[in-house]
Amino acid sequence: MKKATFPRGLYPSEYKEATADKPLIPLPPPEKVVIPLLQHFGCIATPLVKKGQDVLLGQKIGEGKTLFSAHVHASVSGKVLSVEDYNHPGGYPVLAVTIANDGRDQTASETGGALDPFSLTPEEIRQKVREAGIVGLGGAAFPTAVKLGPPKDKRIDLLIINGCECEPMLTADYRLMLEHPEAIIKGAELARIAACAQRTVIGIEDNKGVAASILREQADHFPVEVRLLKTKYPQGAEKNLIYALLRREVPRGGLPFDVGVVVQNVGTVKAIWEAVSSGKPLYERAVTIAGNGIREPRNLLARIGTLFQTAVDFCGGLTGDVNTFIMGGPMMGIAQWSLDVPIVKGTSGILAWHSPPPAAVHPCIRCARCIEHCPMGLSPTQLAKFVQFDKWEHAEKWGVLDCVECGCCQYICPSKIPLVHWLRLGKNKISRAKRKKSA
Amino acid sequence: MVRVIISLLPACLAALYFFRLRALALIAACVVAGLVTEAVFLWARKKPLSPLLDGSAIITGLLLAMTLPPSFPLSSAVIGAVVSIALGKQIFGGLGHNIFNPALVGRAFLATAFPVSITTWLPPATLKVDIATFATPLGNLKFQEAVARGTLTPLQDLFWGNIGGCIGETSAIALLIGGIYLLFKRTIDWRIPLGITLSMVIFTGAFWLADPAQYASPLFHLLAGGFFLGAIYMATDMVTSPVTAPATWIYAVGIGIVTGLIRIVGGYPEGMMYSILLMNAFVPLLNIFVRPRILGQRKNEK
Repeated sequence: MKKATFPRGLYPSEYKEATADKPLIPLPPPEKVVIPLLQHFGCIATPLVKKGQDVLLGQKIGEGKTLFSAHVHASVSGKVLSVEDYNHPGGYPVLAVTIANDGRDQTASETGGALDPFSLTPEEIRQKVREAGIVGLGGAAFPTAVKLGPPKDKRIDLLIINGCECEPMLTADYRLMLEHPEAIIKGAELARIAACAQRTVIGIEDNKGVAASILREQADHFPVEVRLLKTKYPQGAEKNLIYALLRREVPRGGLPFDVGVVVQNVGTVKAIWEAVSSGKPLYERAVTIAGNGIREPRNLLARIGTLFQTAVDFCGGLTGDVNTFIMGGPMMGIAQWSLDVPIVKGTSGILAWHSPPPAAVHPCIRCARCIEHCPMGLSPTQLAKFVQFDKWEHAEKWGVLDCVECGCCQYICPSKIPLVHWLRLGKNKISRAKRKKSA
Repeated sequence: MVRVIISLLPACLAALYFFRLRALALIAACVVAGLVTEAVFLWARKKPLSPLLDGSAIITGLLLAMTLPPSFPLSSAVIGAVVSIALGKQIFGGLGHNIFNPALVGRAFLATAFPVSITTWLPPATLKVDIATFATPLGNLKFQEAVARGTLTPLQDLFWGNIGGCIGETSAIALLIGGIYLLFKRTIDWRIPLGITLSMVIFTGAFWLADPAQYASPLFHLLAGGFFLGAIYMATDMVTSPVTAPATWIYAVGIGIVTGLIRIVGGYPEGMMYSILLMNAFVPLLNIFVRPRILGQRKNEK
């Protein structure tokens, strides 16, 4: 049967063998956790605790005051050591609450779980999701409560659950689907109710057929369909996922709700289930530690705020000469210069390896491979040239703002031109100029 | 880049086989002159000399030599190579920035500057005839009314290369071998040779079907002259061909039609070179107006 897919895209090697069969192991909560108050798309949360204060596991330590914000919770019980800036894996220092772990994992007595989760109204579900500080765990960390409450004039008919995990090397979502299928299906149902969608489709790449079967079994009594998609990068990118499953195109500059769809990651819906059914806020997540710089690659269930170094040490430490550390996947992940950064809500993976010196950049020979592979239908070579020569209006007209920074173009370029960097520069400059104009 | 040089080896060997030392001298002269010109320009532009090693100047020199008659004077060939690199490539900014195929720029210059030498041919060494000048199959076709007189060069000779012509274009089989290699390795865009071939076949076929007593068959046109050299090696140059698939079809079909036009209706016996240069001129325009559709772009959105 011909599997659904989207045009163009790439087939990089998957490199998932190292961790695909490694079950999720809880990473023992470390001696101290560093919890940034900004781990989501939007405004930073306001700290609710002070140095010296005792906190319980799951206690709200940061309040997201605006709509596009999220609450932050303690991932251990103990004493607050400080509320000051700490290095964030996003590449800049962020105000963070550092807590010394007292080892007791003491929670509040009243947990706030709902007796009958499926009888809640959409607004009640969204409230609980918001209270639990849940954000998109696929990596973009968008406040989930906002996503589940699209504008009133946008009718949603479908909830899509993203089980693609198209980045090479990452297997955390795969293990979640194998080990917690029930929570995922139930969480998906809650998300469907909250978004007022008629039905749910779970999209999974066909390299995870086992996970698809397991989810199908669980999905029996729910309006859920599990569909396999061709394994191609970036199948997990929102717009390409929607196109592959539904042949609907999210308009340029638009969002999934413009085509009647809401998309959620499998990890996010599992967190939704845990929050609504047992009142558990988001304070831990599945992370893949991999790469040939890691002695024993693993899939871990890690507490938010655990330093990267701790996770790497738990996996046997580094193997010799390692000069590259990445948070996320190898295609779109963010390079780190230090392991002294905390695992945040959007940390899907920690990768380490040794990179050779960067290859020399050659002139563009107009081979057009970047155009052949760009999943958004852009001309990366042309856009990069516009950005290089400060032709911002041209760049915008040719679609630089539609770039999702997936990396397909740079991966395939024979001249090794840093296309993503040029495109990102263009996007940033143009967005900034637009904000200034509207300010 | 290395792949293109490898793919040209069969044609080089054929050139050496049919035209012996003259071919070797021409190839050497063009390649060396090209490299030296590139070095001088890079030095004048204060750039590193590493681009010399990327193979593009070697290919330009090689392709230029391929388009020259065996008796072409070496000094003129050197001038052609200098023009190819200097005016066809370096003044635009070097690799990746030129609009016209550099080898063809040089060839077009030579055709205008040395019109007699460029149309003086020798028989291939395999024919063992001792004459000073010789006609090419296309020359026969246009100027000797070969179809009417029945003296059209046999297709077999065209295929193997037992004919007069430019040193690289005579052996169709040698060029095809290289072409298949390039297609397999996905180095060239298959749409270009296919598009040129189809449009050429349809165009020349129309004339031939209308009056087979006056016009040669499409197969003759494919095998004769610089068709394969142009369609496989010149037109497919990535820098001077379009970047999107639909634009590439327009480009290829244009080349086929213009070549047919020049050969049948125009004043020259061979039209490949000029048709490619003409379509090269359209490529920047095609690249702007024939763009892929962005995901989410609405039909009326620009």
